[in-house]
Amino acid sequence: MKQTISILVENHAGVLSRISGLFARRGFNIDSLAVGITDDPTVSRVTIVVNGDDYMVEQVEKQLNKLIDVIKLRRLPAGDTVSRELMLVKVACSPKTRSEIMDIVRVMDARVSDISCETLTIEHSDTADRLEILCELLKPYQVLEIVRTGTIALEKGGSVIRV
Amino acid sequence: MRMTAAQAMAECLQREAVPVVFGLPGAAICPFYDALSQTEIRHILVRQEQNAAHAASGYARISGRPGVCIATSGPGALNLITGIATAYMDSIPLVVITGQVVSDLLGRDVFQEADITGSCEPFVKHSYLVKRAEDIPRIFKEAFHIASTGRNGPVLIDVPMDVQKAELDFAYPEKAEIRSYKPSSQGHPGQIKRVLAALKEAERPLICAGGGVFSAKAEEELRVFSERSGIPVVTTMMGISSIPPQYPRNLGMIGMHGAPSANRAMNAADLLLLIGARVGDRAIMSPMGLSQSATIIHIDIDPAEIGKNMGTDIPLVGDARQILLQLLEKLDSPPVPDWTAEYRPASPVQPVPVKEGCVCAKAVMASLFRQAEEDAVLAADVGQNQIWSARGYRLARGRFLTSGGMGTMGYSIPAAYGAKLAAPERQVIAVCGDGSFQMQMMELATLCANRIPVKMLVMNNGRLGMVRELQDLHYGGRQAGVLLDGNPDFAKLAEAYGIRARTLSNASEIDRCVQELLESDVPFLLECRIDPAEPTL
Ligand SMILES: Cc1ncc(C[n+]2csc(CCOP(=O)(O)OP(=O)(O)O)c2C)c(N)n1
Ligand SMILES: [Mg+2]
Repeated sequence: MKQTISILVENHAGVLSRISGLFARRGFNIDSLAVGITDDPTVSRVTIVVNGDDYMVEQVEKQLNKLIDVIKLRRLPAGDTVSRELMLVKVACSPKTRSEIMDIVRVMDARVSDISCETLTIEHSDTADRLEILCELLKPYQVLEIVRTGTIALEKGGSVIRV
Repeated sequence: MRMTAAQAMAECLQREAVPVVFGLPGAAICPFYDALSQTEIRHILVRQEQNAAHAASGYARISGRPGVCIATSGPGALNLITGIATAYMDSIPLVVITGQVVSDLLGRDVFQEADITGSCEPFVKHSYLVKRAEDIPRIFKEAFHIASTGRNGPVLIDVPMDVQKAELDFAYPEKAEIRSYKPSSQGHPGQIKRVLAALKEAERPLICAGGGVFSAKAEEELRVFSERSGIPVVTTMMGISSIPPQYPRNLGMIGMHGAPSANRAMNAADLLLLIGARVGDRAIMSPMGLSQSATIIHIDIDPAEIGKNMGTDIPLVGDARQILLQLLEKLDSPPVPDWTAEYRPASPVQPVPVKEGCVCAKAVMASLFRQAEEDAVLAADVGQNQIWSARGYRLARGRFLTSGGMGTMGYSIPAAYGAKLAAPERQVIAVCGDGSFQMQMMELATLCANRIPVKMLVMNNGRLGMVRELQDLHYGGRQAGVLLDGNPDFAKLAEAYGIRARTLSNASEIDRCVQELLESDVPFLLECRIDPAEPTL
C-alpha cells in the first residue's frame, strides 16, 4: 500500500543523503521523494511516498525519527490529503498531430509551456494517478522526455505540521 | 576568550571533564594534538586506530561517560570505522574526533582525504563536518549530549585542518539545545498501568535483561524489581552482569550459546518483560514463536527497537531505570510464586577431558572466576573464548564486556585497558583467542608504555576455533582457512615487550597460574594451551 510521510527537517547539507541512505540501507521501497524549503528558511519539508505494509511504514517512520535532523514527522491520512506532482513532457509533433495533442492538453487541464516546429512541451500538475492518464494519452505520439518532481502533499482541513 | 578552534576543541573536552582520550595523530589533526598537549588530559597513544575506538568503548562502559577517540584524516579515520560500528551496535557512547583535509580541497581527492562522515553514516548516531570555527563549542556540547542521552551511541566530529587553525571567541554553552532531539526517559503512565495489570494476570512471568540496563544504570532497580515482584530474570549476552549470577532468581544467559535451561524458561514463560534488550537474532532465535506463546512487554529507550524483531503487546518507551522506578512505585501485587524449579541452571559448566599438554578452557574459566575479585571487569573477545567466558561468568559485583552486536574480533584488550583507566582500582581481565589476540597484539606496547596492568588470557587452540567448529558441524569437517599455523610463542612475544607471561598446559597448574595472573600488579599474559577439539558448549 502507498503511504505518504511528511517530514520537517533542519535545512542543512547532508540531511537528504541521511534520509535516502536510510532507505537504501534498510531495504525500504521509496516511490518518490520531494524536498523544498518552507516559510521558515531553517526548515525544509520532505514528502516521501513509500510502498509497503504497515510494519514497513512504521519502521520507516521510527528510523527516520531517530535521525537527529528530523524535527517532525507525520504519516498523512490516506485519502484525506491534497497531493500534487509536477510533470513536464516533451512530445514530438508535426503540423498534423499538433492539434490532436493540444486537444489532450485541454481535456486534461494541462498547459503547453514551450512550443517549437517539431515539439511541444507540456506542463501538468496533478495527482500522480492523473499524471499517469496524461502519459497514457500521449503514448501514441512520440514522447521525447519526461520529468516529474515526486509527490508533495498537505493534509486537508485545519490540521498542520509546524515546528 | 579568543583562541584557535584546535584550542577550543581541547577546552571543550576539559569542560566535559574528559580525563583521558585515545588516539593516534597525523598531519590533519596536528593543530588539535598540539592544543591537547597543553592540557592535563591524558592521551593514550594506540598502535592502530581501531583500538582507540574499542578502548574508548571500554572506558565509556565502565565510567558511564562518553569515551573519546581521535584519528587523523583518511587512513586514520578509516581505521576507526570497525571500532565505531562496534560501539554503535552495542549502543556505547563515543565522541569521535577526526582531522580532515583543508575545507577548500574537500572533494578533490587530495592526499589522505576520505569522506569519513559519509562512510560512517550507517554506524553513528550523528555526525558533524565542521565548516566554521565558531561552531566548535556548540557542536562539542551537542555531541556529548547526543552520545550519552536517549539510546547512547557514537557521534563523529570531522574537523578540517584550516578550521582547526581558525580563531573564535570561546564560550561554552550551558546546555545543548537541539529542537529536533528530545529523547523521553519517563515511561507513559498509561502504559505503566497496562504493564502492571498484565503482570497481575501472569503465572509465569519472566524478565529478559539486556545491555540497556547498563546504559540506564539500572542494575540496582532491576534486582529490586525482580525481588519485589518475584519475577525471575534471564539475560542476553549483553546483559550478563546486570544482575549477579548468584542472585537466586537469575536463570542465566539465553540465546544461541546460552544455558539450555534459560532458553527453556523463555519458551515456558507466559509473559516476557524485555528490558533494554533489542531481540537480536543471536539472543532470541524464534521471536515469532515467543510472541505467540507469551504476552510481550518491551521496555526500550529506542522506540524503533520495539516491534522491530518481535511482535509486542505492550510497548513502553523510556529509560530502563526510570521505568523500573515507576513500576516499583505502583507495584501492589504480591510476588509471583516461584515457577522456575525446572529451569534452574544446571551445576556450573563442567570441565571436559582434554588431550595431553592442554588444559580445559572451561576449567580455566572456573578457576578464574573463583579467584578473581568479585567486582572485577572481564572483557571477552569473540569466538569460543567469548562463550567460555560468558558461560563461566560468576563475578558477584563484576562487569562483563564484549562486542555483542558486531562480534568484532580484537575487542578485548583495548576495551580492557579502557576499562582499567576508568576504574584503576578494579581488576581488569581480557580473555581472547589466539586468532583474536593477533588482531590486537600491537596493543601490548600501549599497555607497556602506559603501565596499564591488564590481565590477559590467550586461549590458544591453534585455530579460529569457533569457525573450525562450524565447519566440523555443517561443512563435513572440511577445514577451510581456520588453522593458525605460524602462531608465535605468545609468552615469549609478551616478554619481548617486557610483559610478564606464563604458559599453562597442565591441569594441575591452573589454579596457581591464574593466581599469579590475578596477583600481578603489572600487565600479565597467560597463554592457555587449549585442545583444538574442545567444544564451545
Ligand atoms: C574481525 C572479525 N573477523 C572474523 C570474524 C569471524 N569469526 C568469528 S569467531 C572467529 C574465530 C576466532 O578465533 P580465535 O580468536 O582464535 O577464538 P576461538 O574461537 O578459537 O576461541 C572468527 C574468525 C569475526 N568475528 N571478527
Ligand atoms: Mg583460537
